Amino acid sequence: MDNKQLMLHAANIRKNILTAVHAPKSGHPGGSLSVCDLLTLLYFEVMNVDPKNPTSSSRDRFVLSKGHAAPALYSTLAERGFFPTDDLCNFRKFGSILQGHPVMYVPGVDVATGSLGQGISAANGMAIAGKLDKSDYRVYTVLGDGECQEGQVWEAAMFAGHYKLDNLCAFVDHNHLQIDGKVEDVMNPTPIDEKFKAFGWNVLTCDGHDFDQLRKAVNSAKSYIGKPTVVILNTVKGKGVSFMENQVNWHGSAPNDEQYKQAIDEIEQYIKTLGGAL
Amino acid sequence: MSNKMATREAYGKKLAMLGETTDIIVMDADLSGSTKTGEFAKKFPGRFINTGIAEGNMMSTAAGIATTGKTVFASSFAMFAAGRAFEQIRNSICYPKLNVKIGATHAGISVGEDGATHQSIEDIALMRSVPNMVVLSPVDQYETYAVLDAAVKYDGPVYIRLARLPIENIYDENYTFEIGKSHTLADGNDVTIIATGIMVGAALQAVNMLKEQGINARLINMASIKPIDKDAIIKAAKETKAIVTVEEHSIIGGLGSAVCEVLCECEPVKVKRIGVEDRFGQSGKPELLFEEYGLTAENIVKQTKILLNK
Ligand SMILES: Cc1ncc(C[n+]2csc(CCOP(=O)(O)OP(=O)(O)O)c2C)c(N)n1
Ligand SMILES: [Mg+2]
Repeated sequence: MDNKQLMLHAANIRKNILTAVHAPKSGHPGGSLSVCDLLTLLYFEVMNVDPKNPTSSSRDRFVLSKGHAAPALYSTLAERGFFPTDDLCNFRKFGSILQGHPVMYVPGVDVATGSLGQGISAANGMAIAGKLDKSDYRVYTVLGDGECQEGQVWEAAMFAGHYKLDNLCAFVDHNHLQIDGKVEDVMNPTPIDEKFKAFGWNVLTCDGHDFDQLRKAVNSAKSYIGKPTVVILNTVKGKGVSFMENQVNWHGSAPNDEQYKQAIDEIEQYIKTLGGAL
Repeated sequence: MSNKMATREAYGKKLAMLGETTDIIVMDADLSGSTKTGEFAKKFPGRFINTGIAEGNMMSTAAGIATTGKTVFASSFAMFAAGRAFEQIRNSICYPKLNVKIGATHAGISVGEDGATHQSIEDIALMRSVPNMVVLSPVDQYETYAVLDAAVKYDGPVYIRLARLPIENIYDENYTFEIGKSHTLADGNDVTIIATGIMVGAALQAVNMLKEQGINARLINMASIKPIDKDAIIKAAKETKAIVTVEEHSIIGGLGSAVCEVLCECEPVKVKRIGVEDRFGQSGKPELLFEEYGLTAENIVKQTKILLNK
């Protein structure tokens, strides 16, 4: 898919993320906006998935290890046609399938997440099952940089290296922020790349908001044999909404009506500069 | 007296007060804004330790600090404290009976929109099953203050269950609390309602509604879930012949189970356990969830009348 189309999808997804968290006045915009370009590329260009057959056994898998970015995953799935975009207004509301953190009964969600550190292990499980079944699906997962403080992440890293899970590609959304402040100040997990390398991974780094770089990284992961790949994504938390960018307090708070309108206006302006909607 | 405060908020405020008079250490795992330990961190940065998102590591580190004679408060959401770090709590803290207090906020379904992954309905069951652990579940701001005073005085592990939702105060600053003792909020001889944590408010309402219907219910606030106030339970069973328990927790292993354990060995009577009935929580506003899971005054009244065949 050409980059401009991807950018337009990403812009729609950003709008939907904001709509989703604005509706219940609850949710996590910051880390959803930082990961949404990656999700756009994966779901619109890379992954073998079919919205009409979301549980096909040969599909590629995706695990949102940083499950609080559910608005990004749900918005991407909706944009890709897994369920109606209108459903996003029910995010986090009583009776909605769109639970605060991803659940498997949402079409397109491959496993439930939300407790940090566990998703990457689940991704390992899917990858090793694929090897056992001699199935050629690929597994993608994305972690937060704060999430990398969980010991389980490194148990999983050791596992994937040990079993040479080259059908697995992990991403670290390195936006340098968590809840209590800068990741480097709270509990420094860096260098993240060197740690994965030491556990036997193929390690790449790229700009997490640049589709050419993302594409190149994902393709090189696909052709890399004998090791799992991790791509460290340099990202901006809150990307695409000026007043949310790099602001720790937008981790888990929803915009009020005025802020919501301002954010949507900004993204619509941006869509205009791209030459208009899809 | 009628102002509202979440027990997590009271936890944070009280820690900041205790920081003045004691040399406690406070730990958190990247949730200091939500567990409200941030206030202590600001006032006493030298005695605040953030482990990052690493709850298991926090618990065992707290154990290590406690071996040097210090009192440590380790804080996270109930899910990630009692749940994620269960075995560290058991083996690093409780087995050697170290002086670690666990401040577990966001307990129960009243967490609301975050949904089931963050709604701990099993923590009382987990924590009270571990030898040496004391389990406390205060209802409001003042009981939280009193519970923390008791926890600091007590030498050994204490699990303190706290909620996210602001709660109307039931007590005032004169309230005192003793580990192992309950507090009777209403007298009555037709039935006894035993409640804990933020469910005490709904239970109190239910008692008033029942009174209007001619049923005199006793209400016991069981903030000390372990050790539990056996005497008060047995006395209530003898005098009122029927017991209803209410908790924002699974009916399996929580307050209801603890009360039944006492009753079936000492004074068997009819019991109705009101709580989350062996299912997960879900996203939604707390009030709607209380409704869905039967944690309302109306349902307490209804279930009490069914129990009494009225
Ligand atoms: C085991 C566990 N502990 C704590 C939390 C609460 N929590 C949710 S998001 C978050 C911070 C995550 O930071 P990061 O991984 O950097 O995410 P991002 O910046 O991409 O949003 C925390 C502590 C959780 N969900 N799971
Ligand atoms: Mg981050």
